[in-house]
Amino acid sequence: MYVYDEYDQRIIEDRVKQYRDQTRRYLAGELSEEEFRPLRLQNGLYVQRYAPMLRVCVPYGLMSSRQLRKLAHVARHYDKGYAHISTRQNVQFNWPALEEVPDILAELAEVQMHAIQTSGNCIRNVTTDQFAGVAVDELIDPRPWCEIIRQWATFHPEFAYLPRKFKFAVNGAQSDRAAIEVHDIGVEPVKNAAGELGFRILVGGGLGRTPIVGAFINEFLPWQHLLSYLEAILRVYNRYGRRDNKYKARIKILVKALTPSVFAEKVDAEWAHLKDGTSTLTEAEVHRIANHFVDPAYQTLQDQSALLEAQQAEHPGFARWLARNVVAHKKTGYAAVTLSLKASGYAPGDITDKQLDAVADLADRYSFGEVRSSHEQNLILADVEQAQLLSLWAELRELGFATPNIGLLTDMICCPGGDFCSLANAKSIPVADAIQRRFADLDYLFDLGDIDLNISGCMNACGHHHVGHIGILGVDKKGQEFYQVSLGGSASRDASLGQILGPSFAQDDMPDVISKIIDVFVEQRSEDEMFIDTFRRIGMAPFKERVYAANH
Amino acid sequence: MQRIIKNGAVCEDNWHLLAKDATLDGLPNSDDLIVPYALWAEHAHALKARDGKLGVWLDSDEQAEDIADDLQHFAVIALNFPNFNDGRNYSNARLLRERFGYQGELRAIGDVLRDQLFFYQRCGFNSFVIRADRDTEDALASLNDFSEVYQSAVDQPQPLFRRR
Repeated sequence: MYVYDEYDQRIIEDRVKQYRDQTRRYLAGELSEEEFRPLRLQNGLYVQRYAPMLRVCVPYGLMSSRQLRKLAHVARHYDKGYAHISTRQNVQFNWPALEEVPDILAELAEVQMHAIQTSGNCIRNVTTDQFAGVAVDELIDPRPWCEIIRQWATFHPEFAYLPRKFKFAVNGAQSDRAAIEVHDIGVEPVKNAAGELGFRILVGGGLGRTPIVGAFINEFLPWQHLLSYLEAILRVYNRYGRRDNKYKARIKILVKALTPSVFAEKVDAEWAHLKDGTSTLTEAEVHRIANHFVDPAYQTLQDQSALLEAQQAEHPGFARWLARNVVAHKKTGYAAVTLSLKASGYAPGDITDKQLDAVADLADRYSFGEVRSSHEQNLILADVEQAQLLSLWAELRELGFATPNIGLLTDMICCPGGDFCSLANAKSIPVADAIQRRFADLDYLFDLGDIDLNISGCMNACGHHHVGHIGILGVDKKGQEFYQVSLGGSASRDASLGQILGPSFAQDDMPDVISKIIDVFVEQRSEDEMFIDTFRRIGMAPFKERVYAANH
Repeated sequence: MQRIIKNGAVCEDNWHLLAKDATLDGLPNSDDLIVPYALWAEHAHALKARDGKLGVWLDSDEQAEDIADDLQHFAVIALNFPNFNDGRNYSNARLLRERFGYQGELRAIGDVLRDQLFFYQRCGFNSFVIRADRDTEDALASLNDFSEVYQSAVDQPQPLFRRR
């Protein structure tokens, strides 16, 4: 992973100093609430329902065991003993004291971590595929490019006060596990006829109030020009994006208003001036960064299919876990393992200080000391020897991370909701919990196959409900918490936005509603068809009919 | 007379800033004036004929391109931040410096607070009229908030990756 040099380190230490002084001035009454707000937000500090929430940046979801231990320490000493993995691969603390945040940042800086631009109307954390660098279907490793973008975006002086927040996702594989089409900018590699590397650039995707699947405005951008082109996009947005209404201020609204092709023309006109300037990337810089992402010291191993077969026969639970939580690795004899943070009875994505320490130990012993977080709010050990899988599984069971439900109905994406967030219209965690309890039967879950169920407590859509095969949105109806259900969303390569099923439901009804939807799927499904495919084949009507039948 | 930050130091300043709806009526002949873009657009000839020095200011919804051909007439260009959250004039500043080659004084006016000074400076501003209720001397320190930067901008055209 990327390791800071003296320059990177100096920049984050300067930031700690700057933010310490800003906090001091705020507490001394020298900075008003309104003036301090964007400053703290650009340092990831929200003032929430009960306490501030600090969002720590995990660039493209990559962490070292040393960093995990520091996060455990922060959870223990500054919080209530747990942290939360966010849907942007970041780590959130729900109970820090505002006065202590500068100290937390100073501690994080010791392990090359920070909270820079994890909120606010600026360029946010760049996200990518949690299997970057190890996926079998990868064209290029996206992480060096994420890091190049991260450095360019960090304290970019022109784009610190954009009309609204701005999110990048970079994909490097054939499948799109980074959901790039629902980002402000999506980047993915492409080779031209001469075999040269370039990028396809998408703009104007996003969820929130106005969910839109973005449009590709450049099908081949030579890699050297990545930063100048991004700068052109951001400049057009900074100058012409709406600022009169925060709900119309995302770049997607501008792209839609202008049309993608007219927007692309404006970008090209701007880029004509910036192209070939000093921001043009050099081979040397790309190599410098890429050298941080070379393969770890893999052993030359044999594929362990026979061993794993035998182990599965002996341990049915292991077989289940292998089927759901372990994916193939580019390197023979290795596998990538997802630790499920979606055990029934725990808030999705939550993890205690002790668990963080334990995962750090596992990373050191099984996976070269590195851990990834995913936007599905799980953790990944990406480089595990196949021969070690059984013993790792046993350890994960002890820790409560071996729930074999990755990709299944109970592996939900879920925002913190009304239990924590001051924006939320409704709670999301109790709904997730009730559904998890309803679908506790693992055999049944397995038979249902891949289903993305995403829950957001409000239309800001942090829980990505629009792109859930089943989406749940908390809404406020005359002061009561209700839930609107949508079906047919997808964040994959065939990205689509869910359609609303109908009138919303009370919280207590939600497990029944989901059960009815699943019943229709089971009855209508052909063979091993996935939920999303059945939905696309039969449409909304049968689901609607069943769910609202009692009301007729 | 006001105190402003200019070229990294606090100094006295004699420029007189005209309001957005200012007209030619009764303009003093010898004062140094920063006029709103609309007045310049309409009365460039008359403004140039005055004895006092001339500057122009753009609001955040006005475009650097519109004064690109007139730069030689201005001793100062001021860019207004109606609210410090409005980031449009960061782009105008860079365009004036990097695209249109403006070498004169580039001044930040309006809701100008110390916590944005570092970014302003990077985008090409070299003078700052700190909001009246804030201490200009205190604000000076924020010009040095960071000792290193990643990107190419006006103050440092070479991105870090070309220097490290």
